[in-house]
Formats: sequence, C-alpha cells, structure tokens
Amino acid sequence: MSDFGFDELIEAQPDAIFKLNALYNQDEDPSKVNMSIGAYRDNNGKPWILPVVKKASEIVEKDPNYNHEYMPIAGFGQFTKAAAEILFKPNDHLLKEDRICSIQSVSGTGANFSAARFIAEQYAQKNGAAVYISNPTWPVHRTLWESVNVKVETYPYWDAKNRRFDFEGTMDVMKSAPEGSIFLLHACAHNPTGIDPTREQWKSMFEALLARKHLVVFDIAYQGFASGDLDRDSWALNEFAKSNKDFFVCQSFAKNMGLYGERTGCLHYVAKNSTVKRKMQSVLCLIQRNTISNPPAYGARIAAAILGNPELFEQWKEDLRTMSSRINEMRSHLRDSLVALKTPGTWDHITDQIGMFSFTGLTPAQVQFCQEKYHLYFSANGRISMAGLNSSNVDHVAKAFDHAVRSVN
Amino acid sequence: MFSGASLVKTSTGRVTNKAVFQYAFMNGGKTAGLNLQRGFQGWANVPMGPPDPIFGISETFKKDSFPKKINLGVGAYRDDTGKPYVLPSVRTAEAEILKQDLDKEYLPMTGDNSFCEEATRMAYGDVYDSISNRLVAAQSVSGTGALLLSSRFFSKFYPSKDIYISNPTWGNHKNVFSNAGLNIKEYRYYNPITKGLDIEGMLSDLSQAPNSSIVLLHACAHNPTGVDPTHAQWNDILRVVRDKGHFVLLDMAYQGFASGDFARDTYATQLFASNNVPMFLCQSFAKNMGLYGERVGCFSSLTASPEEAARFESQLKILVRASYSNPPVHGARIARFILKNNDLRAQWAGEVKGMASRIISMRQALRSILENDLKSKHGWKHITDQIGMFCYTGLTPEQVATLSRDYHIYLTKNGRISIAGINTSNVRYLAEAIHTVTSN
Repeated sequence: MSDFGFDELIEAQPDAIFKLNALYNQDEDPSKVNMSIGAYRDNNGKPWILPVVKKASEIVEKDPNYNHEYMPIAGFGQFTKAAAEILFKPNDHLLKEDRICSIQSVSGTGANFSAARFIAEQYAQKNGAAVYISNPTWPVHRTLWESVNVKVETYPYWDAKNRRFDFEGTMDVMKSAPEGSIFLLHACAHNPTGIDPTREQWKSMFEALLARKHLVVFDIAYQGFASGDLDRDSWALNEFAKSNKDFFVCQSFAKNMGLYGERTGCLHYVAKNSTVKRKMQSVLCLIQRNTISNPPAYGARIAAAILGNPELFEQWKEDLRTMSSRINEMRSHLRDSLVALKTPGTWDHITDQIGMFSFTGLTPAQVQFCQEKYHLYFSANGRISMAGLNSSNVDHVAKAFDHAVRSVN
Repeated sequence: MFSGASLVKTSTGRVTNKAVFQYAFMNGGKTAGLNLQRGFQGWANVPMGPPDPIFGISETFKKDSFPKKINLGVGAYRDDTGKPYVLPSVRTAEAEILKQDLDKEYLPMTGDNSFCEEATRMAYGDVYDSISNRLVAAQSVSGTGALLLSSRFFSKFYPSKDIYISNPTWGNHKNVFSNAGLNIKEYRYYNPITKGLDIEGMLSDLSQAPNSSIVLLHACAHNPTGVDPTHAQWNDILRVVRDKGHFVLLDMAYQGFASGDFARDTYATQLFASNNVPMFLCQSFAKNMGLYGERVGCFSSLTASPEEAARFESQLKILVRASYSNPPVHGARIARFILKNNDLRAQWAGEVKGMASRIISMRQALRSILENDLKSKHGWKHITDQIGMFCYTGLTPEQVATLSRDYHIYLTKNGRISIAGINTSNVRYLAEAIHTVTSN
C-alpha cells in the first residue's frame, strides 16, 4: 500500500528502441549487430566524433572568454541565427526581412515539444484541430502530441505491398482532413522508412496543404546527413516557404553534427512579417521559460563555432559527406548481397531509400527470427539503422535476412 | 484507490492519460457542436507575451550605457570585479574531460547514473543509504527541468492538482506549475514587518489546506527572501506535513550557499526523507558549481518500495521522452568528475565556501554603510540575517523603479537584490542610492 499516492501507477511499456539497445548490450554473442538506434557509427562500429567537432570543441574551450553563464531564454544568438541561415539559404530574404523566429531547443525532441505545446494552447485546444503524423513515423511524435492533449491522426506513408511511399494515400488524407488541420512532415530522410517524396510529389502535397489551409510543421533531423548536401536536403521546406505561408520547423544537430547527447537543436517559425515574428518569439520564450528556463549552452557553442567559421564549415561539409557516403556504401553492399543470395522479394528499396534508416519490409516474425538466430537487433517494424552496418558485418546481416525471409512469414 | 485516478487502458491496450483519452474519444469523427475554425488563419490574435521579470532585467541592463550601472537581477554569482566566475575546479575538470576524447552518445532518459547517485547522496546525506533502493533519480535540465518533471508527474498521476507555494517565491515557480496544469495556492511565508518568517501563518495555512496537498518548500536559502526556517521550525513544519499527509516538493538550488557547508544545508532534505514523507527533490548545480548554462540538475522521488520505484521510473521515462528525450551530457560530466574526485571535490567545497563568504561580507558592508556611515533611519538588520544569494530589501516597487530610472541599479520589482552583484567597487554607490530613495 503506498503512502505516497501512487498506488495506481501502472508499469509503463519501456521505450522500444532503448529496450532493444539494452538487450543488445546484454548479448554476449560476438557476431551480434546493433541496428536499433539512429546514431552514426564508423566502419569499426564505433561512435564517431566528427573531426570538425573535435576542432571546434578545442577552440570553444580555449577561448579566454569561455564560461558557463546562462544563455538567453531564446538561446545562443550566434547559434540560432546560423541555424536559420543553413536552413533557409535559398530564401535568405526571410532572414533579411527579420521574419524568422528561432528558439534554441533541447535537440529535435525539445523543438517538437515546444511547437506542440504552442500549437496545442494557441490553436488546437481552441478549435479542436487534430495533428496528422505519417504512418509510420518516429514513435515519439505520437507520445509527444498526445501528452499535450491534441488528437493524433495519421496519413498513410508506407505502402508495404509495393515497398514505396504511399503518395496517393497521403494526398487523399491531405485533401479530406478538416480544413486547418496540423500536418507534421519529415523534411528529408523520413524516419523510419527512409523514403522521401520526389520533388513533384512534394509540390502536389504542398498544393493540397495550402488549398486546405493546413498548419505545417516540418521535422528536419538529417539536413546534410541524408544526401551529403545541405541545400538538397532542405529543398522541401524551402519550396514550401515560397508559398509565403507561415509554418514551423523543428531542427536537430544530433546526427548531422554528431552532437547527440549535447542536445543541440532549434525551433524556427517562419512569419509573414517581423511584427508577428516578435510576438511569436515572446510567446515561445514563455513556453521555454516555464519548461526549461534556457537551453544547454555547450553544444550550441560548438555548432555556432562551426557554422560561423568558413574553414570549419567546409570541414563540416566534408564530414557530412564521409557519413552519408559510408551509409550509401552499406546500402549498396546490403542490397547487392541480398540479390546475390537470390533472397526472395525485391531489395531495390534499400538503395532507393535515404538517410539513417531503411524500412526493410521484414515482418515482425522475421525480425524476431533475426534476433534469436543471428543476434541482430532492430525494430519489430523492420526498420534498420544503416549506421549499424559495416564491412565486417554486412554479409552476416544479408545472410540472416535471407534465412529469415525463407523461414518465416 | 484515489478518486482522481487518471490512467485508463485503451482498447488497444495502450495506457494513456484519462484526459487525453476523453478528448480523443469526444472528438473521434464527431465535429458537431465544436466550433471548428475554418482553416489556419495565422497568429494575428496571439497577444505579445510579457518580458520575463528576471531575465528581462538583464536585457535592460545590457542596453544601459551608464558607467556606474549595477545588475542585481539574476541570481548568477559574480566575483569582486563583477565578472562571471568559472570555478577553478570546474576548469580543471573540463580540461581533463577534453583530453579524454569522450563520445557524445545519448545519455539514458534518466541521464548519467553515476552523476545522479553522487548528487542525491550529497543532498540526502546520512539518510541516503537507507533510502537509495526506493529512490528514483533522473538527471534533469537544471532545477527548472526538475520542476518540470515534478509538475508533469503530479498533473498526470497525483490525485490533487493543488500546489501550495510560499508567498513570495521564485518568480518562475507559478509559471512552471500552472502550465503543467496545477492550481496555485499560497501559504504565508514572509513577514514584511519582522522581515523574517511568518511561521504561525505558514503552519496555519498548511494545516487548513486539504489533506494530501502538494507543498513546495525551499530546502535552503529561500528565494527571494533569504529567510530560512530554523531547525525547530522545520520540525514544526514536518509535524503539520505528516498530520495532513501532504506531499512535499523540495526545491534545492543553493546547497552550499546557505551556510557555506554542503552537509549543513541538508537539514530539511534529511528531515523529510528520514521521516518517510512522500517527496520529490529538485536539485540544481547552476549556482554551486557555476554551471548555469549547461543545465545540470537532478530530480529525485522517494517512493514506498523498490517495486513502486520501478513503476514510477517507467512512467517518468515516458514524460522525459515526450519533452526532451534525454538530458544534456556536458555539464553532468563535469559535475560527476568533480564529485567523484576527492581532491577536486574538496577544492570545490572551498570555492563554494569562498563564494558564500564573499556574499556574507557584502551583506555586512552594505548594512554597515547604510546604518553607520549614512545613518539611515530604517533598520537594515535583515540584510545580514537573510541567507544565500538574495536579499529581500523591503523596497517598494516605486522605489525599485526610481533606482533603475535615476541610479541605473536594476533589481526585480519585489525588492529582491542578488548580493552576488555587489562588490567592493559598487557597494557604496548602492548604499547611497538605497539611502536616498528610502529617505523621503
């Protein structure tokens, strides 16, 4: 009997991805492979500190003015400004016209949280609007929006039968959702499927979103990491920006700068004019103040140092190419191995997809088979983190998939 | 079984918050009766938010070009030259960490385990060993982040949504709690006549509160008043809390700053924990390690048993995941390094004592100048009676406004000054200004 009022607390389901990671860590089999967490690994399976981040850390810490003072509520100005600049470079008039409100956040999750809080309080709770997330999507999206009491609906993203983006299904939902619904879009390198719409498809989707006056929130966690090119990866949100509608962007530097645990991110709001921008800034700062007060400084200092120094910026682009090209190599290698093994099914989607993840198409039973027989750890929905593959294990993984696909449904 | 049970299981077996469930259920496809605004029209109707009462002062201060300006707003320590102070022990720890080439992998949702253990051990002192197996601890985004977790947890799972806070309290407490869905109630705390604790008022208000209410207490160095209960008064507070079955939320942002000694500042935490009072503790290392912007804190919850602790932790992780996923690694690394290294830890303790001592000497100087040099008609004993970073001067909002307008001295409207902003170069100017505005 609890004296503490928490008798009725139910043990919650542990976070699936972290649980998988824990199981992997406990496994003593030498051939085990971890393809669960979306964190980059080098070809030796080790975490990789970007050379540019190492350089920037030294510069930051050796600066005689370096200290641990509070950042402003809206975050480190040098960082948030530069973060907006790399996102909106093709639309830099937005910056010149002072129309972008930027609030530093606790990485991408924090940006999503603040956006959801704001939209829930100022919009959804007043008119009952629901948020539409892709099916599937990053699981935290649902938890997060539900925690701020906004109804969550989905648009069908993954066409399992054909292993492609369900463009028609998505368009149907965008056109039929009540006017003024909230749509959460992955700007590039969709998590978990790795499938991005083509540019033509994006344009059609934007037309539908605008016609129905939907409120758009972009989640961009892989700029530069997806294709190796920053501008190519921000194409979709810059295309949408041309419409002159206001919208939100949740930006993370966890993957593209390898800053994961430093929690470096930014929430941006693109306003119609600088007056609305200032209002939004003040309200988002209130949300910040009543949740975390002000954001963590260190990661933002590193990011600002990189973004603000031309030499470091070039080095960063180099490091981005290193990561994205290793991943693409692994995609090719895995696909080629599966084809060579004549594994039943089609496997081109592995090389068609982009970014950290691949939606293999393996069924939960096949995933389970891989875990039990081959000590491979990845999500029940068949998502693998490509970063977990390297030249030592990719053949082993291909064999496992092959065996699984042939053995169970 | 409590009547406010807020958990339900949906038809798919998912456990969710009742409010969410009801909302979703009510809105499932049925829009009749709901006033659906046609399409997203933009934010023209969103009013401008007010400037922050505390950080807003720093912004005004920055823009002021008056050479003798003084910032007594934010509780961030300054040295005797008015500069931010990076603790030497922190510098050493950070340099060592840089050499180690550590990775930046995500921390677990509950943060750096070793840091949490050291932090809670420090806060609960001698009681720690007897409670550790039923203590849930999670690294938080500094003190505010721990308060965020506390209030979201209360809002989701605790039957009462009323939280009793001291009058006055830190300006941001109300915001954090009410935005998590808690109702703010106040208990008397500061007596403006005696400029000390209104213990009778406090005990009376806590006794009148409904049973099992949530009560916010400051573990030491009360912000903004600097007025702390004596040990005897803490015992009285404990008695009322136990009689009423209240749930205590202890905010500890200044361990080490109150007395200059970490252990001595744990009286309240040890008292409640050893008496098995249900409690959450919110710790901050912003001030005592000078790690402000790195956001280093620790949330802990004293539960009834290891089994309850496991259930509690599982739900806490969900709240963390839905707000920020996991806490920032850098500051916690520094804190852990210091806490686990005996030499550095001793050095750190000395540095905190040094900060506390400089603050005490500035209190003495300010009071002395006012009483002895300027022969102020008012009593200023409270300046040296009060404890910690702040002094509740007793200045009125009008006097505060005059100070900023005419003297370029910035403090919060409630008359709170951060003693850390006072130094040997500006204390006389400050005293003279205070003397002038209080002489009419």
